Amino acid sequence: MMMIFGKPAPLLFGQLLLGIINGSFYAMLSLGLAIIFGLLNVINFAHGALFMVGAFVTWGLLHYLGIGYWPALVVAPVMVGAFGLLIERTLIRFTYKLDILYGLLLTFGLALVLEGLFTNGFGSSGVSYNGPDILSGTLDLGFMYLPVYRAFVVVAAIVICFAVWFTIEKTSLGALLRAATENPALVQSFGVNVPRLISLTFAGGVALAGLAGVLAAPLYSVNPGMGTSLINTVFAVVVIGGMGSIGGAILTGFGLGIIQGFTEVFYPAASSVVVFAVMAVVLLARPAGLFGRVA
Amino acid sequence: MTISRRTMIGTAAAGVAAASLPLGRARAAGKALKIAVISDFSGPYRDIGGPTSVACVQQALADFGAKDKGYEVTVLQGDHQESPAVGTALAQRFYDQGVDLVIDVPNSAIGIAIEGVAHDKNRAYINTNSASSEITGKFCNAQTVHWTYDTYMLSHSTGGAMVKAGGKKWFFVTADYAFGHLLHEQTAAVVKQMGGTEMGNVNFPFPQTTDFSSFLIQAQSSGADVLGLASAGKDTVNLVKQAHQFGINRKMKIAGLLVFINDVHGMGLDIAQGLTLTESFYWNMNDRTRAFMARVKPRTPDNYPSMGQAGCYSGVLHFMKAVEAMNNMADVKNGAAVVAQMKKMPTDDDAYGKASIRADGRFMCNAYLFRVKTPAESKGPWDYYDLVATTPADKAFMPMAAEGCPLVKA
Repeated sequence: MMMIFGKPAPLLFGQLLLGIINGSFYAMLSLGLAIIFGLLNVINFAHGALFMVGAFVTWGLLHYLGIGYWPALVVAPVMVGAFGLLIERTLIRFTYKLDILYGLLLTFGLALVLEGLFTNGFGSSGVSYNGPDILSGTLDLGFMYLPVYRAFVVVAAIVICFAVWFTIEKTSLGALLRAATENPALVQSFGVNVPRLISLTFAGGVALAGLAGVLAAPLYSVNPGMGTSLINTVFAVVVIGGMGSIGGAILTGFGLGIIQGFTEVFYPAASSVVVFAVMAVVLLARPAGLFGRVA
Repeated sequence: MTISRRTMIGTAAAGVAAASLPLGRARAAGKALKIAVISDFSGPYRDIGGPTSVACVQQALADFGAKDKGYEVTVLQGDHQESPAVGTALAQRFYDQGVDLVIDVPNSAIGIAIEGVAHDKNRAYINTNSASSEITGKFCNAQTVHWTYDTYMLSHSTGGAMVKAGGKKWFFVTADYAFGHLLHEQTAAVVKQMGGTEMGNVNFPFPQTTDFSSFLIQAQSSGADVLGLASAGKDTVNLVKQAHQFGINRKMKIAGLLVFINDVHGMGLDIAQGLTLTESFYWNMNDRTRAFMARVKPRTPDNYPSMGQAGCYSGVLHFMKAVEAMNNMADVKNGAAVVAQMKKMPTDDDAYGKASIRADGRFMCNAYLFRVKTPAESKGPWDYYDLVATTPADKAFMPMAAEGCPLVKA
């Protein structure tokens, strides 16, 4: 067997692939965060909790209404997005004119409330959700067995990331969004309803968290803490990528997933902190992040 | 449920009555006790402790007939939030408030920390939910009883049975903190002692890890035939679930070294089926356990008790019997005296049957090895286990001589 750095090569290939899979979750979650921060200037700490809500909604759709995985891919993000709209209209919009910390504290509190409610309702071990049968097998890649569902997640994540990036950077809607955040008064004077545009942007970012939740439901145990364990890493991804940079969030998400995957082979104890080590190094060299615009 | 208004008024009224009545009657009305459940009410171990533990304590008081026998028992609860600092502060506060017994306490780090507090305050402490065998080993003291399970019992019951069944080559996935390391070391020792080999071990960061695929792939490429999970709670749930996704369960047997029925419920039988695990209590074991379950169910309809929670029932019931036997409320404030009384009397209750407490504070119960049923075999809600083997109490736990408990040496 071929060895690389004292580890069997197939193991490393496997890790590379797993890194990309985990990276796709980081990318999807940090994408929503980057949009909300980049366009609204809100540091949405509730993003992880909303990801968890997405997973629970997916489970609830099947459990209570018999709605399966494929419809849930659409229904759950819409529901979570609608919930996002609600909290934006009733809570978050009051923080736009305040210091950025108020939004952070508000969303942090919101995350705790959501997590507490779900813990009381469903317990801490969570509930179990199985993905669609058609994606249930494994592929023999020679160096490892790859669950079909995970391959599907990577493809889905790449499609979603590209679609979102394309919408924001290359379409007229995206141009409008970016203009509205640069100079709301001017855009408003063209007859655009800027507050509604902002609400919908927030809802869209939240819906992305919900969508990631649907994709995660069959992979992990659906439990109230599932968002919290990811959100710290995802924040680091956003910071490394450059706060608010969409492309940066996507590329960094995948990159860090891969770095973490290799750390798990060579020095597992560091795998939960390697992301923050990278963050420290990057911020020392480029304070605005890898793809961030210097303010 | 903490202190209901009725109990508060009741206690206050009893106090007033006691003050104004002649001495003889005052004693009858003043048999006030406080029991504090310190547990995880909001985090990862909520389902194995938390509200269900409180329900079991209350069931014990009801079954004991505390009211009819003239006891006014207040049940308090505290959330240790998985922090030894918070847990220790809670225990100190509770004991200072006159709490006579602290019970439950999942998480070994906190369980051991509170053991020290109980000793300093000389108040009784029953731990039913920490795994570390060091509670009755090097940390043992006269105020502490360790109910239900420990790492030694889990490693010997599950580990030993798997090796006997032909699983000679092991790969461990271990939660990277004291509990995981102890469970891994003790199980690896059992495996080696019985002629098996450890092909590898990987420590995963706790509690930050959600995705275990890298560790599972390493297990898969190790050539081992048993995957030993030295983890607990949602980590185990995620590990088993993801092992399924990678098809590891088809090539390797999975040994959950610490799995509770609540975890099995969280995984679902689709995923959990075939898993081998050890518990010292299962509600559907015999007529007595089923009778206990029928009584406690209205208090905890969505979460059937696991061994630690049933231990809260068994422990409080025995504590109350000891208090009754001492028949002197002043002595109850002396933790060492209560625990000594508990050790003197054999235990007997519906959850655990007949058992006893050893001189070092170890509660001596049987260890049951279970195999998780398939969805087709399960006949009803929470009907999850088939009994595979029973390790009798005297074989299930570490011999007292090997434990290094200063209490016994002295």
